[in-house]
Amino acid sequence: MNDLVEVRPGVYHDSVTLMRVSRALTQRPEVAVAVVAMATELNIGLARDLGFAVPPATPGDLLVAVRAASPAELEDAAAELERQLAARTPVSDARGEAAPPRTTRSAARGFEANLVLVSVPGEHAFAEALDAVEAGLSVMIFSDNVPVEQEILLKDRARAKGVLVMGPDCGTAVVGGAGLGFANVLRPGPVGVVAASGTGAQQVTSLLDLAGVGVSHVLGVGGRDLSAEVGGRSAMQALRALDEDPATELIVLISKPPAPEVARAVRDLDLATPVVHALLGPGEDDLTTAAEKVLRALGREVPEWPSWPAPAHRAAGTRRALRGLYSGGTLCAEAALLAGEGEFTDFGDDSYTRGRAHPMIDPALRLEALRGVASGVVLMDVVLGHGADPDPSSWLAPAVRDATARGVDVVVAVVGTDGDPQGLRAQAARLNEAGAAVFTSNAAAARHARLLAGG
Amino acid sequence: MTLSMLYGEPRVITVGTRMLGEALDRQAVPRREVDWRPPLPGTSAALARVLADPRRAEANATAAGRMLSARPMLTGVRPAAEVLGLRAGEFFHAGPPITWERASGPMRGALIGAMLFEGMAATPEEARDRLASGAGITLDPCHHHRTVGPMAGVVSPSMWMLEVTDAEHGGTAYCSLNEGLGKVLRYGAYGPEVIERLRWMSGVLGPVLAAALRRCGPLDLRALIAQALQMGDELHNRNRAATSLLVREIAPAVVEADPGRAAEVLRFINGNDHFFLNAGMAAAKVSADAARGVPGSSLVVAMARNGTDFGIQVSGLGDRWFTGPAGVPDGLYLGGYGPDDANPDIGDSTITETAGLGGFAMAAAPAIVRFVGGEVSDAVAATTSMYEITVAEHPAYQIPGLGFRGTPAGIDVALVARTGLLPVVNTGIAGRVAGTGQVGAGLVRPPAEAFTAALDALAAEEFPLTVA
Repeated sequence: MNDLVEVRPGVYHDSVTLMRVSRALTQRPEVAVAVVAMATELNIGLARDLGFAVPPATPGDLLVAVRAASPAELEDAAAELERQLAARTPVSDARGEAAPPRTTRSAARGFEANLVLVSVPGEHAFAEALDAVEAGLSVMIFSDNVPVEQEILLKDRARAKGVLVMGPDCGTAVVGGAGLGFANVLRPGPVGVVAASGTGAQQVTSLLDLAGVGVSHVLGVGGRDLSAEVGGRSAMQALRALDEDPATELIVLISKPPAPEVARAVRDLDLATPVVHALLGPGEDDLTTAAEKVLRALGREVPEWPSWPAPAHRAAGTRRALRGLYSGGTLCAEAALLAGEGEFTDFGDDSYTRGRAHPMIDPALRLEALRGVASGVVLMDVVLGHGADPDPSSWLAPAVRDATARGVDVVVAVVGTDGDPQGLRAQAARLNEAGAAVFTSNAAAARHARLLAGG
Repeated sequence: MTLSMLYGEPRVITVGTRMLGEALDRQAVPRREVDWRPPLPGTSAALARVLADPRRAEANATAAGRMLSARPMLTGVRPAAEVLGLRAGEFFHAGPPITWERASGPMRGALIGAMLFEGMAATPEEARDRLASGAGITLDPCHHHRTVGPMAGVVSPSMWMLEVTDAEHGGTAYCSLNEGLGKVLRYGAYGPEVIERLRWMSGVLGPVLAAALRRCGPLDLRALIAQALQMGDELHNRNRAATSLLVREIAPAVVEADPGRAAEVLRFINGNDHFFLNAGMAAAKVSADAARGVPGSSLVVAMARNGTDFGIQVSGLGDRWFTGPAGVPDGLYLGGYGPDDANPDIGDSTITETAGLGGFAMAAAPAIVRFVGGEVSDAVAATTSMYEITVAEHPAYQIPGLGFRGTPAGIDVALVARTGLLPVVNTGIAGRVAGTGQVGAGLVRPPAEAFTAALDALAAEEFPLTVA
């Protein structure tokens, strides 16, 4: 046996350091056993139990007892022991990198926020949104697939706390100039928007922006808010809040037709600010007409909405198939209504977005569908703004060119503003050059497509 | 209604899709991003229900408020038979309930030692046989009797107990006297030297301390713990400063109370850096007990291990235990011992973490950072991560290195499930084989299922969704 036993008088290391050193030595293949410890009675006993011959020592001394297979290996072990004892705890910034918060609750503790944007998967959105409400913060829930009971509960708690729940399934909002979710860059102005329809709000506000009229705030409330179940909880709160806002001179309420009792309740709100209702559906105004109503109510002129016709398009003598390939749900519904016939698909619907990105970001499904159209007319939307595809014409223009070459007429509604990062006019021009007729009004695009289809 | 977000500059917290946050960055909107991850698997339905409980927020604030406002005072040292009504053959033990059949080596070893100490058996073999037969033997968790015990936590009638009273809420808690390190009963050793030491503790240490405390007590443990944290203790694996402070407080009274035996008593306490641990545990226990029984509260009021199971109790769920298998600590080992010698996690000392000390106060104890990875930043990370699963910060227990921020305190079962972050627990490691004693010390995480089981129980509670 090759034992190294040493007592080093007065050498002190804390017990944890010594345990680490012992472990480092014991882990070496050439070391059979190692005790490196302060020479307390207990540790001397341990070493003696292991068969080491330990000389007398006091607890203030360092005890070293190492056993190796050969003298050479013992020498290696002794060298390693010195290295280990000399090693110091590495110095690093004691504060370290401030770890990022793991919940909304925790984030709200160290950051003076006034709004929370939740976009986690729907089944987990409730916890984060409730954190926001409990911290006294308004919250936009971009997530969809949130159960309606949770929506109602959140909205009731929010009302009690004096904050607003926007959503769930709220695609767009503009608060204090910040665009949240899919949001166009809008100039500041007098119009406050309450919207239960994301792309509906984007169409109306983009047209207003093109007419030189800006917004104070755009408050989404979620597609279900004006249903009988939810009862317009957030819409009524948002309407009252905008009514109090001195910057808001006119309010636009955009929604699919609400449940009758909710519509009554909303109308019965005693507001000082005039409200224009844009309720989408058969017999109601389309979004463009609603935007024009707003302009008239403000005493502004209604401009001609920018469009870029396709010279090659001709009204069909015969009926042609019309295919609608949309990313915005409300835009799709509006176009289908105005076109009267044709096959319309909303690729932003839940059934297409499960497990993949929204078509405003991921064009793959719409492109595939466009390629599959052999003849007739295709009507599409392109939504610009923050959060949306940074350059949609880069993939759509070549596909339009191919379609045009196949004899397919392509009509595109571009929803956007001159301030949008993608550049409204540049995108429209590129699509137009590729052969598409381009409109900033979705209603105008739909009517044009209907004409081309011979309807 | 006035909606404040309409008037200030927008400042946004984003949680979820990164792209939506980046869109805000491009608009130069100040924001904070949540590092969100899915909750523990299978918990989302229970979480949604528990979070919807309208009592929860206030119940947790009440429970945590009670825990943090407790003022534990060391009021006395008394025999277990007297204060806990323990009779011959009755033993308390650490952790959730356990039978002899399921008991681990150190738990069995400690029970054997207690039998020998109480004179109920002449040999370890006889003790083992009697314990196995169960005749005339009762085992019950310390926690069921306002008591905590480190490691095996075995309490028998003749042991002397530290008595800690909560001057704020009036509760009382007990913990045995610390025997020192190495071959000791709480680590499952039961050799003659162990029994002899226990006899001395009952015959000399307990009575002398009791007499001393009658002179100098009660002792404000809240103040003492607060000071020790600022002197580099975290009060679980490091108690050196607290023990020194305790000695300073009581030494004159010990000398006055029993000049003849004062030296041996003080020498014993001085020779054991962990002497204060048991007082700190009783202080934590009396504080955590103040938080019990708040309907709707998801706050953890006890974490405890019996060497086989890790169990927790929750304020709103009465005295029910929620358990999972105790893990083997990841640690550093004494002498020639290694991981193969280690018993699964054992002891009531996790009451310190329950009250915001121990692993939760790791950032206060840079001297022992090697337990948590080796660098001071690891200790800071261990503490700061615990703010994610706790509902409060301790007003008195502060960490100098974090700008005197209060330690994270009051574990919320719902936050554990949401973040998947399990409490950081510092612990000693007992030898697997009965009679071995301590083999090391290290770090352990509780089993997630204890927390998810408690969450399920909270979700199964009846409550209205709206506050009446």
